[in-house]
Amino acid sequence: MNLTLKIWRQKNAKDKGKMVNYQIADVSPDMSFLEMLDVLNNQLIEKGDEPVAFDHDCREGICGMCSLYINGEAHGPDRGITTCQLHMRKFKDGDTIYIEPFRAKAFPVIKDLVVDRSAFDRVQHAGGFVSVNTSGNTQDANAIPINKQDADAAFDAATCIGCGACVATCKNSSAMLFVSAKVSQYALLPQGQVEATDRVLNMVKQMDEEGFGNCTNTGACEVECPKGISLENIARMNREYLKASLKG
Amino acid sequence: MSGLLNSSIGRKFAMALSALFLMIFLLQHFAINILSVFSADAFNEASHFMGTFWAVQYLLQPVLIFGVIFHFVMGFVLEIKNNKSRQIKYAKNNGGANSSWMSRNMIWSGFAILAFIVLHFIDFWIPEINIKYIQGDMSGLHNGEFRYFYELVEKFHSPIRVTAYVVAFVFLALHLLHGFDSAFQSVGANNKYTKALKGFSKVYAIGIPLGFIFIALFHHFTGH
Amino acid sequence: MALDSKIPSGPLADKWTKHKNEINLVNPANKRLIDVIVVGTGLAGGSAAATLAELGYNVKAFCFQDSPRRAHSIAAQGGINAAKNYQGDGDSTYRLFYDTVKGGDYRSREANVYRLAEVSANIIDQCVAQGVPFARDYGGLLDNRSFGGVLVSRTFYAKGQTGQQLLLGAYSAMNRQIGRGKIKMYNRHEMLDVVIVDGKARGIIARNLVTGEIERHSAHAVVLGTGGYGNVFFLSTNAMGSNVTAAWKAHKRGAYFANPCYTQIHPTCIPVSGDHQSKLTLMSESLRNDGRIWVPKNIKDVEAIRAGKLRPTDLAEEDRDYYLERRYPAFGNLVPRDVASRAAKERCDAGYGVNATGEAVYLDFAAAIQRYGKEQAHIKGLNENDAALVKKLGQEVVRTKYGNLFQMYEKIVDQNPYETPMMIYPAVHYTMGGIWVDYNLQTTVPGLYAIGEANFSDHGANRLGASALMQGLADGYFVLPYTIGDYLSDDIRTGPISTDSPEFEEAEKNVRDNINHLVNNNGSKPVDYFHKKLGKIMWNKCGMSRNEKELKEAIEEISSLRKEFWSDVRVPGGADEFNEELAKAGRVADFLELGELFAKDALLREESAGGHFREEYQTEEGEAKRRKEFQFVSAWEYKGEPKDALLHKEDLVYENIEVKERSYK
Repeated sequence: MNLTLKIWRQKNAKDKGKMVNYQIADVSPDMSFLEMLDVLNNQLIEKGDEPVAFDHDCREGICGMCSLYINGEAHGPDRGITTCQLHMRKFKDGDTIYIEPFRAKAFPVIKDLVVDRSAFDRVQHAGGFVSVNTSGNTQDANAIPINKQDADAAFDAATCIGCGACVATCKNSSAMLFVSAKVSQYALLPQGQVEATDRVLNMVKQMDEEGFGNCTNTGACEVECPKGISLENIARMNREYLKASLKG
Repeated sequence: MSGLLNSSIGRKFAMALSALFLMIFLLQHFAINILSVFSADAFNEASHFMGTFWAVQYLLQPVLIFGVIFHFVMGFVLEIKNNKSRQIKYAKNNGGANSSWMSRNMIWSGFAILAFIVLHFIDFWIPEINIKYIQGDMSGLHNGEFRYFYELVEKFHSPIRVTAYVVAFVFLALHLLHGFDSAFQSVGANNKYTKALKGFSKVYAIGIPLGFIFIALFHHFTGH
Repeated sequence: MALDSKIPSGPLADKWTKHKNEINLVNPANKRLIDVIVVGTGLAGGSAAATLAELGYNVKAFCFQDSPRRAHSIAAQGGINAAKNYQGDGDSTYRLFYDTVKGGDYRSREANVYRLAEVSANIIDQCVAQGVPFARDYGGLLDNRSFGGVLVSRTFYAKGQTGQQLLLGAYSAMNRQIGRGKIKMYNRHEMLDVVIVDGKARGIIARNLVTGEIERHSAHAVVLGTGGYGNVFFLSTNAMGSNVTAAWKAHKRGAYFANPCYTQIHPTCIPVSGDHQSKLTLMSESLRNDGRIWVPKNIKDVEAIRAGKLRPTDLAEEDRDYYLERRYPAFGNLVPRDVASRAAKERCDAGYGVNATGEAVYLDFAAAIQRYGKEQAHIKGLNENDAALVKKLGQEVVRTKYGNLFQMYEKIVDQNPYETPMMIYPAVHYTMGGIWVDYNLQTTVPGLYAIGEANFSDHGANRLGASALMQGLADGYFVLPYTIGDYLSDDIRTGPISTDSPEFEEAEKNVRDNINHLVNNNGSKPVDYFHKKLGKIMWNKCGMSRNEKELKEAIEEISSLRKEFWSDVRVPGGADEFNEELAKAGRVADFLELGELFAKDALLREESAGGHFREEYQTEEGEAKRRKEFQFVSAWEYKGEPKDALLHKEDLVYENIEVKERSYK
């Protein structure tokens, strides 16, 4: 396949940045999208140009490091995957592909397609944990039976990989799906109950301070989420938050 | 509790509550208006009751006005804030791939509805207030008969106005198509009833505006 | 220097308790005066950082990714072992210990492995308390599955994302400490040297990967939880960024590197599709609970399948060779990884590989789908003879168990594994070798510790499935935080370590010189060129089977490739900016040294053990042949060039387990 790529290039955080066109030839449909970018980069290096910077690590859809807004969609046109799992067979010979960074005020660009998602970490610092001493001496794991349905729902929420696709795709750059996944995981488990009130209040407060927008329930996040995190989690967080506000 | 309205979720909750209130109001408004199709007298009775009963006039009406203003102002405030949360826009954004047009354009359908409400106030509400509270005529009579039905039919005489109303109700339907279940999601109601609720929301969002359109057209074509 | 493993005396089962009772402690007020650097935030590093902070130390944690949550532990799929015996199937601490030592082909250290088995149960308690959502049965209790090389069900799991859930557990524990200010987190920082002052590890030099700034960080001790070096093969199941740099720099500063040749080649990975391939994807070992591995019995069927004239599902049962079940009736498809991988290679080398490259075998779920489908039909009182219904019900069960893995497979290969068997082939997955550590997990450099995959200690020559997560968390939560106190108890009056010493100066200069060389080299080839070339040498000559001749060639080839790298690599961009190519270049430079030591180690080890298979040393049936005279750990001391590395031996003594021929028949 021969493709035209329109890629966002931005030297550093201060640079204004712009879209730049590249041609790439002989792309195999079996390549992953990032392997196609690897090929482009090695061609750029051999020509003496600077390669395109993009985040990636595990390349199997679990670490959450890869991002990219491809042809107007977070993680590209396919569903239930991250960019690293997107394969070129999803494109046709002669296609033009737009490749942009995940955009949000809370995710400033570091370079080219690399953005700073540490806002997510800070939200987790505010309450994404159970305060248990990590040096052992807890009760036996089977001492608290947990209803299978709740355990499964908590697991589903916990599969969030923190990639930021929800923010990138949301017209409001809202982080509600991300935050609600963590709040839900603990809200569904008995271990999380003790700190439930503080957790949701603190995490939402931090989320708001980071400059994410408000959720308007468009549902785009759920569609684009590589792990299929459900909107139910947002509803659950809304409930948890109201409950906590009335208490606190 | 104090910080509730300063938080993103609190604001959404307030948006949803005002929306739910407005949707109940809309249903009530529709219920009275549809009477006009079947019986001028029944419509007149109901209108007179609503227009003169103290609890409606001095309790519900201010709450309603507050609700409308709050919903609009908060809607605009949120829109501006949300806009600021992404400063550089995408060169290519395929919003249609993952969300409905309605959900992404609530601000525009909202604008259309706001424009309609202004027109509607000029048409009905301001004259009402004028008659009742400035001229002090609380009788609801005109030439010895209830004036409400007559006024209604009179207004729908103009094809321009009817067209404006029809267009506005289409926007209202679009607004409700997203707004109805969105309000439930915002207050945290997402459970086994959600699917049924979504079905009902479609019926409501299309049915009510369609009903209003029917009323307008009915009087336009049968009134004279 | 003679290696002192510092194994406590006394009976095996009492060693750890006795040791904990005897080592020095640091009182809580004094812990506040002590800084510890933890490099790497995977299961080992993350859990260690959290626990050290919990205990009261001031922790500085470093990771090269943009968040600690990205560490590659997250990709572990199948599960974590623990001797809980919840299933009542005869499991015990001793049995886990026994399985691990046997699975490691009697090349691991008894006392360490026993301790690992001993603390394993506590890991599950800890993780559940943190809110890790393990799979549960309908009674609400924890569920288990089986893994290779064992005869009990002791593996706890969270669908096919156990590593993710455990890592996020450790990450949440870290978050709590970051929020409290007890951990200072340095994301997007790469450790480029360890600083030794007066013979003790006292800090690191790190590069801020965003700004390119070279930073000095001091501490009273340095802990490396930096993972394995599987990426020396270029293609592996490791993350793209996984590297040996931290461990290798430590090696160059005096830490011995142990058993570098022990590499785990995982039997069930998605086969290579072409030259563009950047990494390989694992399909969890848990799939072997239900999947049956086979190739066609007759070569003509192989050819028909390759030509696309025959579909594997059309091949009659009697024309299939379920070679693992045939060769190893006792363990069948659940033989340990090294055995399964070699068996796949044996079939493919004999010409029975089922894809275009001839390097793939089938992993078939049809039988499991039938079995589960019938079971479900029976439970639901439906017609067990309705083939379509049984298939549908069976697929549902398989989907709940392995859904995410099947989806992953389908996205990569573009075939539906519910309908047609998966194609799999072995790939580099884990490295048992690593930095040599004693019982306290301290390296040969005082104050420098290595935990998790970065050290060598617990898995011998082959790691059993679901034991990596166990070891990472055992080291980080329960072992290191205690043993490090013994060392740090001498440092309560030391005060803050200055970064202005000549040692920091020298280390920083060293790092800067290296970087300047790379960015100013003006060569002609990108870093990947060298990495791929190194990978090919490693895979062809130091891979699943090795021999003297090829290992000698590998040493020469790697050495000359290294020279070529330093003279001809091109690194675009500058040193003082975000520069991925520069970071990669530094990592590949270290792989080019490690690779040579790897080959040297493999050459030295004239036996076959676990993941190390020397063609010269095999039984008549083609099984690995261990040799008594190699019952030692080879720990290499850095002496300049890799070829000059000096060998130290730690003899392995087995007092509580009989060293036997390892058989899974």
